[in-house]
Amino acid sequence: MCATCGCSPLSDPHQSHGSHGQHEPHEHPHDHRPGEEITLEQKILAKNDGLAQQNRAWLRDRGILAVNLMSSPGSGKTTLLERSGRDLAGRLPLSVIEGDQETALDADRIRDAGCQVVQINTGAGCHLDAAMVGGALRALYPPPNSVVIIENVGNLVCPALFDLGEAARVVLASVTEGTDKPLKYPQMFRSADLVVVTKTDLGPYVDFDISRFGAYIGQVSPQAMMIHLSALDGTGLPLWYDWLSSRIPTAATAPMPRVSTPD
Amino acid sequence: MHELAIAEGLVDGVTERLPGRKITSVRVEIGALSGVVPDALRFCFALATEGTPLDGADLEISEPAAKCECADCGLAFEPEDGRILLCPCGSANVAVVSGQQLLITSVKVA
Ligand SMILES: Nc1nc2c(ncn2[C@@H]2O[C@H](COP(=O)(O)OP(=O)(O)OP(=O)(O)O)[C@@H](O)[C@H]2O)c(=O)[nH]1
Ligand SMILES: [Mg+2]
Ligand SMILES: [Zn+2]
Ligand SMILES: [Zn+2]
Repeated sequence: MCATCGCSPLSDPHQSHGSHGQHEPHEHPHDHRPGEEITLEQKILAKNDGLAQQNRAWLRDRGILAVNLMSSPGSGKTTLLERSGRDLAGRLPLSVIEGDQETALDADRIRDAGCQVVQINTGAGCHLDAAMVGGALRALYPPPNSVVIIENVGNLVCPALFDLGEAARVVLASVTEGTDKPLKYPQMFRSADLVVVTKTDLGPYVDFDISRFGAYIGQVSPQAMMIHLSALDGTGLPLWYDWLSSRIPTAATAPMPRVSTPD
Repeated sequence: MHELAIAEGLVDGVTERLPGRKITSVRVEIGALSGVVPDALRFCFALATEGTPLDGADLEISEPAAKCECADCGLAFEPEDGRILLCPCGSANVAVVSGQQLLITSVKVA
């Protein structure tokens, strides 16, 4: 869209012959003077946000619940998904989009657990974005009224900024990572709909203080729900499965769209 | 480093709005709660603009402070600590009014 006249590519008659060579692609009578300051007032991540909205609409049309699963490296994302895939087999269709910088190791683990999976390798990239997820969704083609979990790249900073089109954000933190995680990574925890404390079986061996952690979550992210679980001994898993199944859009009820972050 | 993705988003955003125009400066707003580090963005901007119409452009970054509004007592306030958004009344039930933005405000064309 032209910043001064507001003409959009759709309504701009010049756009159609931009490739003939004679015309600049966006030439029109009130073109910008050299040295002119042009007001844009647009989101830097507008392109990603637009693609995320397309993903959200695609998912909504099919009644699919998409969850963006985020945590530090090694908090137990893949282990939780392996266990979920096995426990929910035949009860709740679950498929997975795996984001890692390198290797298909996590995808292999998920496949062994009986789930459909698509691996995305981001290389140097430290987060998934909406374009990557859009491609993966079309490759995965999850069935209607199912759950797709997107395991983001292990990182508590960058993934918070990129809307993927998910209906909910889930942030994991393991008891071995320390009680003050929510204060150290407030952007990530602030965006969470659900905070999952993992590896509770290790609680007796570390100084993790669950009530102080809960108080920190209440401060940085008062809207978030919190559950504690261990994918190893199974404690707390029913809460996680209930949380998931209660959010799957059914034919009768419309899915809850994720409210995008305000400016 | 997500600042590289932010810098690339900046280049995409500007070149889509002003195709083919050489850009000499870019003004952006990077909110204090956005999670983007201005110095890291400056570094990545130099990399991301190489060979694009923004190559060599100045990057002016303003950093608007966090502004919140308490849902319980209605107070509008600026949290001193961007990490914990607590109203002076003690409530954590606050809405972020400003400070999360990542905006391209304006550009200058050559
Ligand atoms: N004791 C215990 N160990 C666990 C639990 N969940 C995961 N782990 C271990 O933690 C390690 C990392 O687990 P992953 O599931 O690979 O973690 P991740 O978050 O997927 O890691 P990245 O994909 O690399 O970010 C593995 O050695 C797991 O066996 C748990 O509930 N209890
Ligand atoms: Mg993993
Ligand atoms: Zn990063
Ligand atoms: Zn208050």
